Order: sequence, then structure tokens, then C-alpha cells
Amino acid sequence: MIKIDLKLFVTLSKYLPQDSECLELSEKTTVETLIADLGIPFKLVKLIFINGKRQDYKYQLKHNDRVGLFPPVGGG
Amino acid sequence: MGTSKFAERYDRNFNTLSRGEQKTLGVSKVAVIGLGGLGGSVCEMMARIGVGHLTLIDGDIFEASNLNRQLLSQEHLIGIPKAKAAKKRVNAVNSEVIVKHLVEYIDESNMFERIKDADVVMDCLDSIDTRFKLQDAAKKASIPIVSGAIAGVTGQVTSIFPGDKGYGLIYGEKSRKQSKGVETRTGNMAYCALFVAALQSSECVKILLDRGDILRNKLLIAELWTNTFEVVDLV
Repeated sequence: MIKIDLKLFVTLSKYLPQDSECLELSEKTTVETLIADLGIPFKLVKLIFINGKRQDYKYQLKHNDRVGLFPPVGGG
Repeated sequence: MGTSKFAERYDRNFNTLSRGEQKTLGVSKVAVIGLGGLGGSVCEMMARIGVGHLTLIDGDIFEASNLNRQLLSQEHLIGIPKAKAAKKRVNAVNSEVIVKHLVEYIDESNMFERIKDADVVMDCLDSIDTRFKLQDAAKKASIPIVSGAIAGVTGQVTSIFPGDKGYGLIYGEKSRKQSKGVETRTGNMAYCALFVAALQSSECVKILLDRGDILRNKLLIAELWTNTFEVVDLV
């Protein structure tokens, strides 16, 4: 098992699981499977960042990763 | 402006800025596109900092629902064009600034012409598809964009130079035709708008003066409920 720190922004925050700062996942979990398991519609996630760097859906999560999922923000 | 008047007006800018840098700002040209929550505050800061030439563009008029966050909106200005109010405010703050205001929406037909003489374009728009088009026009004109966007108490800021992937990295290329983001569900708070406008103004000054660290290929994200601040490497 691995543990990650997950942050979901703006309207995605309603999908935040309990213990999100220390979320336990099976090894080899990708961002894609994480999003699916949390029930987040894929079209709502525009930007994925891991440890402060943009990544894509195929990224395989590692122990202690800081994961952020960000929706489209366009207001002025 | 006479030497003594110049020195007095900008006295508190020194020595954060040198006199030479202040003069550079005075001959700089900035276009502010969109004069709502972000753009109105950007105008105020550009005028006070002393950016010498401003082009202010928005086709919209003030409505009562703007009063919660848009610095330029006032009860007696409901129904008045935002660009007109912006020019009046800039003139009142700093009469040395040369202001061109345009009460019109920008689109592909007029965008390039409106921005081509600017040194920096401030993207304060409220629709994602128009942001992509502005990025294309700025690329054609070889001008950097400073972009701000907000939703609720979350904001983002980045600087996009000609040739950068910019919005494609933030929204995805498939979003070129998407008009609105999650702000339609969250609304926007005044302090978030002013905060992001301040960061945009800082980026603009840094680009104009070629000084400091610029958010190029980086996205600054701020979420104010949880005090989360992160600078994401986009490439």
C-alpha cells in the first residue's frame, strides 16, 4: 500500500474522501483510476499536479505524493 | 511631469524601484482586456504604479451584481460602460497616464488590432474560449500575456509568452470551445479578485522591468479557505 496527500479544488472538493491528507491506495494506482474510484467525472478535471508538477492521467502514484486535481477556472 | 512632481508622486515606490525603472514604466504600454473583478483592480494598480499608456477594453456595463467585487463599480454607475468608468478612475488617480478606452467586446475580428501596440496584455476575461483566442492574437503580435482567473475563493495566475503552450496546458486544447469554468457555480469573492489582480500587476511590472521571477510555464494557484498556495510547473 501507498499513502498520498490529496487536494481537490473548487467544485471537485465535494468528492474529497476522508483522510485525504493520508489517503491509502494500492500500489500501482494511476491518477486515472484514482479519479474513477472517487467518482469524479473526468471532464471536470483539467489540471493534474503531483508534487508541484503537471502530470497526465497515466501517472502512477508513489508513496508520499502530493496530488492536486484542478477544474477549469475562468472567471474574471 | 516635472522632475519634482515625478519624484513626489513616486516617492514611496523608491527604492523598491529605481528612478530608471519608474521611467521605464512611464513609457510602457499595457492593454487590459476585460474590466470586471480582475481588470478594474488591475487598472487601479497600473495607474498608481505609473504605467504610462493604458488601453482599457470591455463592452459591458455595470450591473448591481458587480457591486460585491468589482472595484470600479458603484451604485450610481449601474448601466454605465465599464471602460468609461475605468478611464475616469485612471485619470482621477494619475492624470499623467494616457488612456485609450474602448466600449466593445473583443473577438477574432478586432483582437490583434487592439493589442498589437502593447508591451504586455493583461487577460482579465471571463470566458475560456476568448482567452484562447487572445493567446493566439498575442502570439501573432509577439506580446506576452499576464493571465488571471478566479472562481469563488480560488485563483490562478500565469504569464504566457509567444510560443508557449499556455492555456493548452492549463485547460487542455479540447477546451478551446468551452466558454465558462466552475465560476458559474461558485460566483466570485471580492478579496479573491483583488488578490489575483495584485499578482497579475506584479507579474506585469516584472515583465516590463525584466526583473524578478516570472510565472512563465508556471501556474500559481491560491485557495483561500485552506490557505493553499502552490506554484505548479506546467512543463
